[in-house]
Formats: sequence, structure tokens, C-alpha cells
Amino acid sequence: MKSIVTSDNRSVVTTVSRRTYPRKRVRRETVIGWLFAVPALIMYGLFVLVPLLLTILYSFSHWNGVGPLTWVGLKNYVTVFQVPDLIGTIVNAFWLVVWFSLIPVGLGLVVASVIHRVATGRLGSAARTVLFLPQVIPLVAAGIIWGWLLALPGLVNQILTAVGLGAVTRAWLGDFDWALPSVGLIGIWVLLGFCTVLLLTGMTKVDPALYESARIDGASWLQEFLAITVPLLRYEVGVCLTVTVIAALAAFDIVYVSTAGGPGNSTAVPGIQIYILAFTQRSIGLASALAVMLMVLVVVVILPIQRLSRESAA
Amino acid sequence: MRVARGELWAGRALLLALMVITILPFISIFTTALHPSGTVPSGLDWPASPQWGNFVQAFKVADMPTLLLSSSFIVLAVVPVSLIISTMAGFAIGLLHIPGANALLLLFVFGLTLPFTGIIIPIYFLERAMHIYNTRLAIVLPLIALYMPFAVFWMRAHFVNLPSEISDAARVDGASTWYLFWLVHVPLARAPIASLGILMSVWTWNQFLLPLVLVEDPSQRTMAGALGAFQGHYATDIPLLCAGTLLLLVPTLVIFILFQRQIIAALLQGAVKG
Repeated sequence: MKSIVTSDNRSVVTTVSRRTYPRKRVRRETVIGWLFAVPALIMYGLFVLVPLLLTILYSFSHWNGVGPLTWVGLKNYVTVFQVPDLIGTIVNAFWLVVWFSLIPVGLGLVVASVIHRVATGRLGSAARTVLFLPQVIPLVAAGIIWGWLLALPGLVNQILTAVGLGAVTRAWLGDFDWALPSVGLIGIWVLLGFCTVLLLTGMTKVDPALYESARIDGASWLQEFLAITVPLLRYEVGVCLTVTVIAALAAFDIVYVSTAGGPGNSTAVPGIQIYILAFTQRSIGLASALAVMLMVLVVVVILPIQRLSRESAA
Repeated sequence: MRVARGELWAGRALLLALMVITILPFISIFTTALHPSGTVPSGLDWPASPQWGNFVQAFKVADMPTLLLSSSFIVLAVVPVSLIISTMAGFAIGLLHIPGANALLLLFVFGLTLPFTGIIIPIYFLERAMHIYNTRLAIVLPLIALYMPFAVFWMRAHFVNLPSEISDAARVDGASTWYLFWLVHVPLARAPIASLGILMSVWTWNQFLLPLVLVEDPSQRTMAGALGAFQGHYATDIPLLCAGTLLLLVPTLVIFILFQRQIIAALLQGAVKG
């Protein structure tokens, strides 16, 4: 009989007991084992793998959703690269990475280390709950709430006026230059708490003796931060980056609700453009080409982050 | 603790400021919701005569009971099925080590980073062909499938770390694989199953893209999808929009406050393992 070895080099648990059974029994167990995996596989195949293959097929075709499908080769991909409004969505997605990912993770590291150093007990746990709140509400709600906060009579302008910055007030989400950073601000609000709490959990796993001895040596917050916190939290930072980069590149809900991609195309990200192309303009082929590019893009960006963080964790 | 007093207070001040920034948006939509319907108040302004009736009106126009039922139905259809089939698959891959387990795992893991927008177009056309477009099933079936990569990966992580003695003992007692699964391993996996259940419930309740594309009727949608439709209708009536948004958030907020420890733990573990 074949001995099956798993990824972690543990041989199959029942190998010994199986050997006492005839060959037929082994085959029966294989079949039963696979039957356990089949329901998940069928659902996954039918509603993820088949659509994935169809997206790729559509991306090489010209189709309006009802008529016949015509093969056009790479034409849709060429179009995405040539039309500024389409390739621009990918540029916007990378800008969102700055707002949704780099700033929340960087700021989260600082805030978490501050909480870790000064706020233990009741304030710490209250902060944990409050900062996590934006993470559990629907992104649609975050978009609606901030759509109002960033409006002309909204809270943001009210505060700016109160501190004497009345001159810079504007309808933030309707401004060609400021709409994308404003959407980014919503992302920071949603993701900062999540990053902070995740990194804080990582910090509590670091041996307190390390911090203790650093403090006995009179280390400042900054020294402690650079010498202990950041290097030891590489795995958690990797996790935060992975989650937030996917949130940025695949952004949809917040953008759809707060700006719908406008004004002009200044906040259009691939998700929004795919939706508009497919479901209002009926350019299924073009939308699918952009969808394939988005999926490839996410994998290409995420893989190095995963590799880096796992290497350092091992 | 050797932390200077000044630093201590600076740190606490930063923390409080951050909490205020997190809470303030909710307070702003609350005070806005109390202004007369149809007016445009400023961001943070307690009204002269609070219009509590706005919440009643929002409750009526949003048809809150229907939305609650619809959302709950979708969660109750998606989560138990997803839990059962992903636990079974995780068991087969992580513990039974079926031939081809590694390839199968790879196939599921491949879907972990897949953006929903990437495959929504064919799902739309498939569901039109299957005549389930504009029904709750149109949301339920793809959601179960889209959760499989994460859910199978999560459950497999539990089973692969179990000591083999547990199964061996049951085998010696003559238990079939079916009984081994339901009577020994499902009870042992209560904790990861519960966390996974919490995660998928939150994700389902908050799911927006699928209802937006696949279901036109708000009363057949998830709460997030219904909220999107509500915004579409009342975008110009800001006090009513704020009242409705707050109202639709109430179930989430209540559940979060009641189960905050479990929810935070589940979401954090979910991120770390995924």
C-alpha cells in the first residue's frame, strides 16, 4: 500500500491500522474521505472556479451580455492599457494602498506601542473596543456616514472653520484633487483600529522582560519602538499589510457609496470600473479584462508581502 | 513600570483623542438625525426641538422588520451550511489526509485573495440562466462558495494540529469515519467552528456587492445591501438618511456590544490565519 506523507511530513495516522485491512477497505476509506471534501468542492467549483474561468473567457471576447460572443484575442487588454480612464483606475488603486494600508499600518504601530507602554487596564480595554467599532459596521455605513461628514455643511468643515481654517473648506468628496485623499481618510478611519488592535495583540506576546530590561537601561519610547517592537512584530505587520492592501486594491463598497468613482474618474478604482462597464455599459469583455488584471494584481502584490513576513517569523 | 509621568499622560491623551475621532462620526449622524426632515443642518448641532419621530419614519420607510428578517434568513442559510461543508472538507484534508489532499488545499488557498469583483460578472449571468436572479438564493449560494477558501483553510489548520491518538483510539473502538467526524471531532472543534461562525455572520450581514448586483428588491437583500438602497432613495433628505443609517446599524451595534470579546478575538484570529 502507498504511504501518504503530508506537507508537514507526518505520515497518515491510520497507516498502521489500515495495513491489517484488505486492499478493498483502503480504497473504500479513500472514497469516504473524498466524500467529505466533495460538498465544499462542488460549491467552490460551481460559484468560484467556473466563474473564474468564464471571466478569463469573457476577457478575450466581445460581448454585450445577450448576443453572440466574438473572440477578439488580447484586444480588451490592449484597450485597458490605452484608455487613460481604465488604466487610471489601477493607478488610483495604488494611491489607495497609501491611504488604506501604509498609513493605518504605520500609524497603528505607533499607537499600539503607545497603548502598550502607557495604557493598561480599563483604558486599554475600552480603547480596544472603541477602536474596533468601525471594523464591524458595514463599509456601506462608513461610506454614508463619512459622505455626510465630508459634505459642505458637514462636521469636517465645521471643525476646520472653528479652528480658523475656514478658507480651505470645500465639498471634499466632490473636489477633483481632494476626493481620493478623502476616500482614503474613510479607509484610515475603518482600518486604523483593526491594525492597532492586531499589532497590540502581537506586542503582548513579546516577552515583557525585553521591554523591562530596555526600560531599566533607560531606553526612550523611540529606541524601544525601533529596537524591539518593529523587528519582533514583522509577522503581525505582514498580516496587517496583507489585509489592508487587499482592502485597497479591491475597494468597492466605500467608493461606490461615497463618490461612485467621481468626480470625473478621480476616485474610480478597478472594482467600480468593472461594475460600471459590466452592468451599466454592458461591455462585458472589457470589464472582464479589467477583472482579470485586478485579480492578477492582488496576487502579485500580496505574494512578496506574505513571503517576507513568513520568512522572518520562522 | 518605568514610564515618565509626562509620557504617560501624553500617551493617554493620544489614545483618548483617537477614541473621540472614532466615536464623533456616530454622534454627528445622531444629532443630524434629530433635525427636521428635509433640512440641511450643520455637522454637529443639537436641534432646538429634537425630531425623535425621524426614527419612527425611517423605521417605516425602510421597512425595518422585513429587512431584519431578510438579513437573518440569509445569515441562517449561509453560515450553518458553510460551517458544515468546510469543517468536513477541513477534516478530510487535515486529518484523513485523503490522496490529493495537498493539491486540494492548494486549490482552495488559491481563492483566498480573490476579490469578489473579479468573478461577479459570470455569477450574474449564471444566476440569470439558473433563474435564481433577484432571490435570496442568488446571494446565499455564491457567498457559501466564496467563503470556502478561508473556511476550509481555517478548519484544516485546526485538524492538522490534532494529535493522532484521538482518532486512533476511536478507530480501535470500531468507529466509522462518519461517526468519528460527528461524535469525536466536531465536538472537539467547537472553538474554531464558533469563531468561524462569528466571522462569516459579520461578513454576510455586511455584504454589499452581491446584493447590489444580484438582487434588485431591497427586501430580499442583506442589511448592507438594503442600506445601499436606502441611501439611493433618501440621499437628499439628510436627517432621514442619518436616522435610517443609525437604525440599520442598531442590530450590529447591539451584537457587537454583547459579544465584543468573541467578535474581536474572531476577527483578529481570522486575519492572522488567513
